[in-house]
Amino acid sequence: MNAYLRPAFAVVGMATLLCGLALPLGFTGVAQLAFPVQAHGSLLERDGKLIGSMLLGQQFTGDRYFHPRPSATTEADPAKPGSTRPAPYNAAASAASQMAPTSATLAKVLKERVAAEGAAPVPADAVTASGSGLDPHISLENAARQVARIAAARGLPEVRVRSLLAQHAEGRELGLFGESRANVLVLNLALDDLR
Amino acid sequence: MTWIGWAQIALVLACVVAAAIPLGRYIAVLAAGRITVLAPLERLFYTAAGIDPAKGQGWRAYTLAMLAANAAGFVLLYALLRLQGGLPFNPQGFGDLSPWLAFNTAASFVTNTNWQAYGGEVAMSNFSQMAGLTVQNFLSAASGIALALAVSRAFAKGGVQDLGNFWADLVRVTLYLLVPLSILVGLAFVAMGMPQTLSAFAEATTIEGATQMLPLGPAALQVAIKHLGTNGGGFFGANSAHPFEGPTALATGLQIWAHQVIPFALALTFGAIIGDIRQGRALLLVMLGYVLMATLAIYASEAGGNPLHLALGIDAAQGNMEGKEVRFGQALVALFSATTTGASCGAVNAMLESFTPLGGMVPLFLIQLGEVLPGGVGSGLYGMLVFVLLTVFIAGLMVGRTPEYLGKKVQAREIKLAMLAVLVLPVAILGFTAVALVLPAAIASIQAAGPHGLSEMLYAFSSAAGNNGSAFGGLTADTPWLNTTLGIAMMLGRFAYVVPVMAIAGSLAAKPRALASPGTFPTHGLLFAGLLAGVILILGGLQFMPALALGPLAEHFSLLAGKTF
Repeated sequence: MNAYLRPAFAVVGMATLLCGLALPLGFTGVAQLAFPVQAHGSLLERDGKLIGSMLLGQQFTGDRYFHPRPSATTEADPAKPGSTRPAPYNAAASAASQMAPTSATLAKVLKERVAAEGAAPVPADAVTASGSGLDPHISLENAARQVARIAAARGLPEVRVRSLLAQHAEGRELGLFGESRANVLVLNLALDDLR
Repeated sequence: MTWIGWAQIALVLACVVAAAIPLGRYIAVLAAGRITVLAPLERLFYTAAGIDPAKGQGWRAYTLAMLAANAAGFVLLYALLRLQGGLPFNPQGFGDLSPWLAFNTAASFVTNTNWQAYGGEVAMSNFSQMAGLTVQNFLSAASGIALALAVSRAFAKGGVQDLGNFWADLVRVTLYLLVPLSILVGLAFVAMGMPQTLSAFAEATTIEGATQMLPLGPAALQVAIKHLGTNGGGFFGANSAHPFEGPTALATGLQIWAHQVIPFALALTFGAIIGDIRQGRALLLVMLGYVLMATLAIYASEAGGNPLHLALGIDAAQGNMEGKEVRFGQALVALFSATTTGASCGAVNAMLESFTPLGGMVPLFLIQLGEVLPGGVGSGLYGMLVFVLLTVFIAGLMVGRTPEYLGKKVQAREIKLAMLAVLVLPVAILGFTAVALVLPAAIASIQAAGPHGLSEMLYAFSSAAGNNGSAFGGLTADTPWLNTTLGIAMMLGRFAYVVPVMAIAGSLAAKPRALASPGTFPTHGLLFAGLLAGVILILGGLQFMPALALGPLAEHFSLLAGKTF
């Protein structure tokens, strides 16, 4: 038996040193030198203060801002230990709704959201929760439907908000991969920068 | 479905096949011990282990060595997870894992399943991620590839005992294949936006004044090996749907490439080792055909949207978006879901629980077919070879000749062992699911009402026994009962399968390799590929039909009738 156990523990031990410590630590050094912004989480600062990550969605509720998609993330409920309460865009615990396609609860929630969205048909991303609960993007159709509300709240002509949206719209990558979309945080920072 | 969606699918798969061709030959060269760039480092491993890499092992010694390495990995990982709170690189101060969860997680990562009953950013320290989980990502993948090399060698020559040396195969595959590829792919991931840092979480104050904790960590390298080794265990809870783990559509495309390229390459490595590349090509063709059909089925189902939801006034243009990210699009979600379950990877870039019933049934069925399409790294190839032996046996019965594969006679002993291996999956999946469905403690874990609840449980045990790791995430898996039984199912799916397969390899290696005669049934053509595809469907899939009819199919027809639960 020793003929197997010694090499087993030796090889796993060596692999832990090599693949578990030397490689990740060395790789971290190289990655931070080569891509410092991305390796640190693509963080965004304004006036020297950390306001979020370019990649992680955030909750916006004011009429002056573009709103993200619904999010199913939760946080611990201080009132009831052991249970959770909704906390949209809680980046410390990514989560989806995990609702079945035939779930009556999901159908009810969607019905309420569609009603709140106004004229049908509503873009699907405006009423559904993403897989991570942290989707930073919305579809361009979803964004376009929010232009009038934002323009009114800010006292801006709609055409200025619309051109800002067009300016920050992202196309498919390499013209092929994924979908066209807009990053909500980027749009909202640009809105605040409008003179 | 759109033409631009299909163009994305076609381009990713073309890149997989284009890279698999040279990579398959490279792995064959590597397996022969002809790559020696890191010889001093390699020797360090052998000296520490006290073994001679040139000394061949028979099937028993090879299998025992593999089991010993995995047992050692299990013990070390379990200890590390239980002691997490006192170990370094723990900026968030996460505590020790419970015994049940540590058992489940250790079994999961050692067997290349990577089922996760925890969320990475709420439970795992950077030390556990790197020194525990990442190490097993490398070793479980290398173990699978080593076994596939040993099985391939059994067909290469006649009258041999020696299937290679497990320790040498394990070390070489790690050093010359997995480490360099994961560095390259990992750097590409960082460039696309994946974090790689040892910092603690960052606290941000949003424009509207709320606080948001940004989860950071050494993600990119672990995600690279998670895909290259078809492991699938996410750094973050949301796996590749998380914007830090799947930052862009291009990154998701590269992840698909990464979890497909080695399984496909190994089919060609098999061809190279036995000296007839056409045989490997036939296997690759069957794998690719299934991947395409499964992608088509998921894409059509998801892009069409959920009729119940569309009726509420949701625009059909984006398809079923519940549990999906905007940036990927339905085409890459479909390809990702088909490949991650066909390849025994188990990573997800969208939540399968919320897929339409048929869109969610396809990943489930791909797992149940035996994880051979193209299957996990190594395990896909040896699993496929089991189906090949059954196919030549059935073809032999039809024409009344002694079945042969590559000049090796396939006889009663091999077929009995092959059937034993093939039966492990249905016994583990259906047996454990049936037990869980009558135990109140297990039923309490089910979230969805109606037929989808059955699908949740069926999916969990399929995923565990198939060593996949993806889930219908509504299920509350972190309970003592499910942690334990799922852990046992994972070990059965991995080790109870491997032992008969290695016994077949040992038995075939000893047989003489006859030359092909005019009466030999060719095993490299389309006829054989079609027959093999049929045998996989019938022998791999038929026993799951009743369960599928009660779960996803029943749900599909309920949905069409407008019924919710």
